[in-house]
Amino acid sequence: MLAEDNRMTQTEDKLIIGGREFTSRLMVGTGKYASFEQTARALEVSGAEIITVAVRRVNLDRSKESLLDYIDLKKYTLLPNTAGCYTADDAVRTCRLAREVGMSDFVKLEVLGDEKTLFPDNEELLKAAKILVAEGFTVLPYCSDDVIVCKKLEDLGCAAVMPLGAPIGSGLGIRNPYNIRIILENVTVPVIVDAGVGSASDAAIAMELGCAGVLMNTAIAGAQDPIAMAEAMKLAVIAGRLSFKAGRIPRKLYANASSPLDGMIG
Amino acid sequence: MRIVLNGDCVETGDACTVETLLQQLGISRERVAVELNADIVPKGNYEKQLLSDGDKIEIVHFVGGG
Repeated sequence: MLAEDNRMTQTEDKLIIGGREFTSRLMVGTGKYASFEQTARALEVSGAEIITVAVRRVNLDRSKESLLDYIDLKKYTLLPNTAGCYTADDAVRTCRLAREVGMSDFVKLEVLGDEKTLFPDNEELLKAAKILVAEGFTVLPYCSDDVIVCKKLEDLGCAAVMPLGAPIGSGLGIRNPYNIRIILENVTVPVIVDAGVGSASDAAIAMELGCAGVLMNTAIAGAQDPIAMAEAMKLAVIAGRLSFKAGRIPRKLYANASSPLDGMIG
Repeated sequence: MRIVLNGDCVETGDACTVETLLQQLGISRERVAVELNADIVPKGNYEKQLLSDGDKIEIVHFVGGG
């Protein structure tokens, strides 16, 4: 009965971004998989409803086979990214192209500042976000775990903020949970941890902090068994969310017996 | 005439539109976006948008990414 109640809670506990409702709080990237078949299977198993894609030139020399041939487009909301863009202008140009493909007005806006860290260039990010919001995009920006930047992005009209947990692809986990907590206490749009997750426990920690969702790619695609990791991440995000909603016990330094002291023998 | 297509110089026939270019390349218009000299070409304009010598065309699509 309890399990049923929980399941009901989970389906009623919708994530709303840009006016759209989602049941899954795990968002998954589609890069770095061994094959399109593996990508499709991992997406399926992850239960993700929002999946990221990159915008790139059509390769005129090679096979016309495309990722989208393997994906049921009715099942997913595509979130095109601006990966590889280092200026607001390039990012805006990429977003306009992404929308013209005609499948989504959602964009994962990232404007990078440095090749080694792939940390965001917040100045360019804010510039791009302002233009894109004015053009009617649903903007989900990848940003630093900095509450000031997140608040500015919210004020500009972004549909969510996506602070990094750690550098992209690093698998270092949530390096500064206190910053994430401060962001959560000060913005009202959904906070989605984007980048840095390495294992299922990292995803659960993000959700237990109260994040609205987690976005990851390498943690699944780079795992030895991406399909199994996709399932682990799905369960971790669900478990973390339920744990957050359930309300954890306070941390105490000393023990507190679970069994009654009354009725001891002897 | 010569155009720059996704960064490469290519030869096309005269009176070539975006639509004819896509057909020649065997690319379905449904899943691409086209830029002509850094401006988006709306899908509805593919048939009438004529290309000129020296035009820079970008044809993009979605690929796997994070």
